Amino acid sequence: MQVTLRVNGTARQVDVSPADSLLTVLRDALDLTGAKYGCGEGQCGACTVLVDGQAVKSCQPRASTLQSRAITTIEALEQNGRLHPVQQAFLDHEAMQCGYCTPGMIMAGVALLTATPHPTDDQIVAAMDKNKNMCRCGTYPRIVAAVREAANARA
Amino acid sequence: MRERDDSAWGRGPTRVEEDRYELFEAPRYRFEVDRRDFVKTFGTGLLVMFVVSRAPDSDAQESGQRGRGGDRMPPDVGAWLHVGEDGKVTVFTGKTEIGQNIRTSLTQAVAEELGAPIASIALLMADTAKTPYDMGTFGSRTTPTMNVQLRKVAAAARDVLAERAAARGKKLDAAIFGELVKGAPLVATVTEKTTTKPASRWSVAGTAVPKVSGRDMVTGRHRYTTDMKRDGMLHGKVVRPPSYGATLVRADTRAAEATPGVVVVRDGNFLAVAAPTSAAVTAAAAAIKTEWTGGSHASARTLFADLRKGQRGEVATWGVTIDAQYTIAYIAHAPLEPRAAVAEWNGDALTVWTGTQRPFGVQQELAGAFHLANDRVRVIVPDTGSAYGGKHTGDAAVEAARIARAAKKPVKLVWTREEEFAWAYFRPAGVIDVSGAVDRDGLLKAWDFDNYNSGSSGLRTPYVVPSPTERFHEVDSPLRQGSYRGLAATANHFARESHMDELAHAVRIDPLAFRLKNLKDERLADVLRAASEKFGWAGRKKSAGIGFGLACGVEKGGYTAACAEVDASNGSVKVRRLVVAFECGAIVNPDGLDNQVSGAVVQGLGGALFEAIEYEDGRLVNGRFSQYRVPRFADVPPIEVVLLDRKDLPSAGAGETPIVGVAPAIGNAIFDATGLRIYSLPMIPSGLPGATSQL
Repeated sequence: MQVTLRVNGTARQVDVSPADSLLTVLRDALDLTGAKYGCGEGQCGACTVLVDGQAVKSCQPRASTLQSRAITTIEALEQNGRLHPVQQAFLDHEAMQCGYCTPGMIMAGVALLTATPHPTDDQIVAAMDKNKNMCRCGTYPRIVAAVREAANARA
Repeated sequence: MRERDDSAWGRGPTRVEEDRYELFEAPRYRFEVDRRDFVKTFGTGLLVMFVVSRAPDSDAQESGQRGRGGDRMPPDVGAWLHVGEDGKVTVFTGKTEIGQNIRTSLTQAVAEELGAPIASIALLMADTAKTPYDMGTFGSRTTPTMNVQLRKVAAAARDVLAERAAARGKKLDAAIFGELVKGAPLVATVTEKTTTKPASRWSVAGTAVPKVSGRDMVTGRHRYTTDMKRDGMLHGKVVRPPSYGATLVRADTRAAEATPGVVVVRDGNFLAVAAPTSAAVTAAAAAIKTEWTGGSHASARTLFADLRKGQRGEVATWGVTIDAQYTIAYIAHAPLEPRAAVAEWNGDALTVWTGTQRPFGVQQELAGAFHLANDRVRVIVPDTGSAYGGKHTGDAAVEAARIARAAKKPVKLVWTREEEFAWAYFRPAGVIDVSGAVDRDGLLKAWDFDNYNSGSSGLRTPYVVPSPTERFHEVDSPLRQGSYRGLAATANHFARESHMDELAHAVRIDPLAFRLKNLKDERLADVLRAASEKFGWAGRKKSAGIGFGLACGVEKGGYTAACAEVDASNGSVKVRRLVVAFECGAIVNPDGLDNQVSGAVVQGLGGALFEAIEYEDGRLVNGRFSQYRVPRFADVPPIEVVLLDRKDLPSAGAGETPIVGVAPAIGNAIFDATGLRIYSLPMIPSGLPGATSQL
């Protein structure tokens, strides 16, 4: 079926199967591979994107249900060669090892700072865990530090 | 007194196979790249090779027939470096980047010796068609071997460049590298005269150079295997048996085959489909009806009885003697990027992109599976979404290649998370019997240690004890098992350091003083002192429900000590604080090292507290992230990492060993808090024993 998705500010006509998750469509049809497959059951956060500004694990919703919603992926955060403050803070704190969870972590961090511009460390931990973001390399302390730093940078 | 017993190791004391799960044969011969090959590959510029008669990595191989009869052994090229006429420096190494940050640390080594900026150096890694043979990226061997080789290669290149600059009356500068190598191609090798800088003179190595691929990570631009696309590529899916070892009796594939664009592959027990989209391939696989027979009925309930096979031998007693049995569960690596491969045939030539720690091993696996010569198979490893010892094999590569051959199109196969849990391999489970004895002064007098199945890494005690007996018993494992970060050192340190703690309490000596009293290894004593000082061990204040524990160990050239504080006041255990000291010789990148140590500690928390593979009737029953608990944000206590920089000592690898002290330090803290000694890993999969129905 043909659906129109608003991805990173652009209307994109895509041919999808009714069962296709948003993640599948982003990665396979639109070649936006920043969002990663990690579990397919919304338990690892690697596929996190923004839907109307909120963190959504894109392996969960069917793409066909998201027409007219504003979808933002990691690919759209960098503007004119300038990293988003959360991206920059992840880089500055080297809040990654293998990097596979990083786009999902960053998107969850962006959503958190939109809703709560100055979170405490406990709020960062709670929000990231609520979104189920997982870093198997164990860089959690650096991720918390990076999100905190990004909040300060935006102050 | 009995001698240290090596017989059970099977290979005698001189060829101890510490890492039995990491033993892989190298190809028998590797010949020098000759000048014509170089011209064909690079055309111009300067090529410098590191030629070794026997690569340091081959230490772990059997010596076999290679040196017999006084024949000169064929030379190996360990690494090479190319300086182009455009001044660009490309370094070729067979090592893989899996998150351990060697793309950065190896670049630093080259930049240091070559005198070139980090940004001017590119590492071409893990491509069997372009990089020198490498046994694999495991065993914390990259820093002690490849880092040293690349340092020498870069130093040799610098010598050539310096000579050329001098001949032209110019000052050597990276800006004129291109100019200096213009003209006829140059080939040089590292010689005995090639000298590298001592760590005390490092200015780029030894510093916190940022991750060279960091920007590609935070922008999502880096393409992992799972992100790859090829023209005309199909998606593949394997139809798996319901239990381990089951045999396919029949498969009704008519519905799938009737679907346009779907390819069904049946080859013996292998059954798979390919289709143009992931939705179509999922539907096609679901449309196949299968019947399987036989297979394993193994159950986790009998695991430790299954493993505890073999003779312990006579156990010594002396003064205060304590016997205990420790058990270790299977755990999963669960790398966030599951196994995946993209396979493409061109006639009888095969190219596979896959995330593996052993590109050349997977090349051989593919050559074997498809009856091809090695040179018909090219394996390319994009920087990979972690591995932790879990990606040594080429399962996904072989499967993707088999499907692609049938489909006559490139095929991408990405294992689902459920497949990754069920069909990869596990960190070995084990049973460890320990008997230890001390005299009234707290000196170790006897030590008997028997490890069943979990492995021999870290088996030997670093403490001074007369004639210890330490055996590793190979047992048939009910589940497929293999390498894991630190191998069995985690299990062996858990048993040893828990037991040392128990002995210390038995003779009423402070656990720190008890260890120092029984240690002669100053490097180990140094990390113990460093961790305990940072932690404030001497001034720790006991209160109800709060406990403190420590542990230490040495493995793969790295020394670690951990101190833990736990709160067990509410019937559960909360780790409140961890201090980990680590020393691995001269530090190559302090920030990267801090990241690795901290990451190892977090991963160690999972195996220490709650990770365990559950299986029943030959089937995995908790193979999903909703069922298999891994450390999350809220599980992580404040972690303080203390790094000891020994510029006077060679650099050792660091990705693995910091994991070994975590579990025993926490276990010892739980004992301190509650008086309860926990003898199993994980320690508290369902809360504190005694607070539940278990006691």
